[in-house]
Amino acid sequence: MDSIAIELRGIDKSFGLVHANKNINLKVRKGTIHGVIGENGAGKSTLMSILYGFYQADSGEIHVDGKQVSIRDPNAAIAAGIGMVHQHFMLVENFTVLENVMLGAEESRILNKGIAKARVELKRLEREYALEVNPDAVIEELPVGLQQRVEILKALYRRADILILDEPTGVLTPAEADHLFRVLEQLKSQGKTIILITHKLREIMAITDEVSVMRRGEMVATRTTAETSVEELAELMVGRRVLLRVEKGEAKPGDVKLSVDGLTVKDSRGVTMVDNVSFNLRAGEIVGIAGVAGNGQSELLEAISGIRRAVSGDVLLNGKAIDVTGHADPKELRDRGLAHVPEDRHHVGLVLKFEESENAILGYHHDKRYLNGVFLNVDAIRKDAEQKIAEYDIRPPNARLKTANFSGGNQQKIVLAREMERGPDVLIIGQPTRGVDVGAIEFIHKRIIEMRDQGKAVLLVSVELDEIRALSDRILVMFAGRVVGERDPDATEGELGLLMAGVEGRKEAAE
Amino acid sequence: MSNPYAKLPGWVEYGLVPLVNLAVAFLVAGLVVLLVGENPFEAAYHLINGAFGRGEYIGFTLYYATTFIFTGLAVAVAFHAGLFNIGGEGQAYVGGIGVALACLWLDQTMPWFVVFPLAIIGSAAFGAVWAFLPGWLQAKRGSHIVITTIMFNFIASSLMVYLLTKVLKPLGSMAPQTRTFAEGGQLPKLDWLLAIFGLDIGTAPFNISFLLALVAAFGVWLLIWRTKLGYEMRTMGHSPSAARYAGMSESRITVITMMISGALAGMMALNPIMGEQGRMQLDFVQGAGFVGIAVALMGRSHPAGIIPAAVLFGVLYQGGAEISFEMPSISRDMIVIIQGLVILFAGALENMFRPAITRLFSISSRRAAVVAQTKGA
Repeated sequence: MDSIAIELRGIDKSFGLVHANKNINLKVRKGTIHGVIGENGAGKSTLMSILYGFYQADSGEIHVDGKQVSIRDPNAAIAAGIGMVHQHFMLVENFTVLENVMLGAEESRILNKGIAKARVELKRLEREYALEVNPDAVIEELPVGLQQRVEILKALYRRADILILDEPTGVLTPAEADHLFRVLEQLKSQGKTIILITHKLREIMAITDEVSVMRRGEMVATRTTAETSVEELAELMVGRRVLLRVEKGEAKPGDVKLSVDGLTVKDSRGVTMVDNVSFNLRAGEIVGIAGVAGNGQSELLEAISGIRRAVSGDVLLNGKAIDVTGHADPKELRDRGLAHVPEDRHHVGLVLKFEESENAILGYHHDKRYLNGVFLNVDAIRKDAEQKIAEYDIRPPNARLKTANFSGGNQQKIVLAREMERGPDVLIIGQPTRGVDVGAIEFIHKRIIEMRDQGKAVLLVSVELDEIRALSDRILVMFAGRVVGERDPDATEGELGLLMAGVEGRKEAAE
Repeated sequence: MSNPYAKLPGWVEYGLVPLVNLAVAFLVAGLVVLLVGENPFEAAYHLINGAFGRGEYIGFTLYYATTFIFTGLAVAVAFHAGLFNIGGEGQAYVGGIGVALACLWLDQTMPWFVVFPLAIIGSAAFGAVWAFLPGWLQAKRGSHIVITTIMFNFIASSLMVYLLTKVLKPLGSMAPQTRTFAEGGQLPKLDWLLAIFGLDIGTAPFNISFLLALVAAFGVWLLIWRTKLGYEMRTMGHSPSAARYAGMSESRITVITMMISGALAGMMALNPIMGEQGRMQLDFVQGAGFVGIAVALMGRSHPAGIIPAAVLFGVLYQGGAEISFEMPSISRDMIVIIQGLVILFAGALENMFRPAITRLFSISSRRAAVVAQTKGA
């Protein structure tokens, strides 16, 4: 157990003026699960990309099994026995499992021979690591957890001894995540080395043997997991003490502000994404919608906020109907007191190429105080942006900086400042802290609670179950487009997890 | 970190990078001249001399530049809203009808300063209508604007052949063109402007529509960066999903943007029709609509970039004509090759030298930072 599988010595990498990795040293012992954590932009993805040959380090050495190697591209990484499971799967959706596994490793121009060989090899891997999956299943018909398993098989098929997993649980239900961890344990017991990149402290504590913390491009500490704590790791990540739990008082629900009745939404292919959903949202409460990504939460938010047309259903805002099946228009809804923090701030909530001040008026650019007739009142817009920057502690405090140059957390604050500042009656928020650093999460959570305490109605969608449980006063669970249950925030994770997987829900619906 | 190109200082981004691209384009063009068996330095001399050697040459260069400013702005406006208007050629062509009608109607009774505003309105209106149709088809029917604007170029071409041979041609004339306008249909030259610099305009048709082009460039800047409509256009251009989220109407912006783009392209017709020929002829656009695409690409869709880019293409047109005159073995097609190379390096391969230049600058700026630190300590 003492031998070192991977050693990085003095890895340094800059992109132009951005120093992404500063003199990184890392030792990963053979046959262990080694966690790498850090906030967004701390440099963990860059480091792993260097290890997998996507980027070249400016200086530094990589040693695999004690021998120095040069990893110029992913092929070299594979040859050195390093495999990677990406956050966004690199699978051909309409190919079978077998075809995906052998893709790029066909070994012969005639496919038949390769297929036969791959099938045998796949069987062996399945036996050895308990990774059952039907080799003839088409990828797009498999659940996400199994797709991830195919990614792992792909790496093993290429004889990887070292597996890098980049944020592997982001798309999984708690049950699927547990299953993944059992697979990782199994791989470890077979002598494989695993590097797990994540920002979830709980996962680190649950499964890793050792953990390395990155902050602002530097490797700040390596700890034996058993000898550290969540609090210490959080502090190392952020560089200061952070409050991990949200302080909040009792909710005082008032009148119904938003009422949704029998809402059904189909996507462009005609697949039902939201299926007959009904709920009420009251002033002074936060209703959280839990669910695995892709179970209709996004479409629900889009339909309510007027971006996507619903097929049927009634939605009342402050007692008056929103024409969700016809002409609901985001501009009109904003005027009527509905603000929307969209899930995807990069493509929807912000225009990354705009100056900060230009994004601070997106959607509110009809407001007279930003205009002089048909012209923009640039001075007023910038002054307004500077105010919000001060109030929401957006850094760097520069209203003329391009939005793309702000960190994820600060970008999210730009959106929140814009949507919260007007004191809307109803605030709907999708993934408020996705890709946001720990320090900013604390700030954002506080603001959301503040909105509630001011008597606003908040609808919260998040795939982070912890976040839903910490913030919500009531929790609705969505599965396959339907609301399959309502729970109190003190419901156990297991209970919610079963609902999210559709197990409990089916029973409940049948009763 | 997802953006491997760090931010460069403004003068590098908008000055050095285009200059390097341009230099490489001319270098390759020089090699082509060498292959033809001619002396590239001699060709370069004729190019520069032909474009700037005399007041008259400068007048021609700026005359061409005027045309390209209009078509470049037209393409740029559409670019900002994420629309690729390839129909500048047809819109300019049809815009000519507006100019011709105003002139034919009033040239004998009114002075130029009465006819000119009407001709401006006419050219813009006809150009806008010709762009409205593809815009509307995209907004309401989902027909892609790249396809429809190309097709509308051909329709415009056929329409103009019909009009110039059957409708607008004076009776008894054999030439497919309108009658020559009286004084009221001809724009005054900017001889006084060149005279300020001690230059003699000679026979060059450099005329007052150049000033209109500058006004249009300023207007486009105002529109894009200082109006609500421009804000909406840019939002849609960068991110249609963000525009939808903000409650902007994609179809409305598409149609309006295309009409503005078409109007700018249409106004190009003023320059050759009222400024040079004094009549509308067949094929008076001569590819200027397409050159506008290159001008907009090279000028980064910013008026401050489009004007110099238009002048550059003016130089290529005017100086190129001189090359083929002075060096008979270099035909006019050679000039098209040079223009093509400029478009290739400045437009399509724009980012080819950027990584190297970025690296150079990150090294030097880091060094500067180190120096500053040691000084500070």
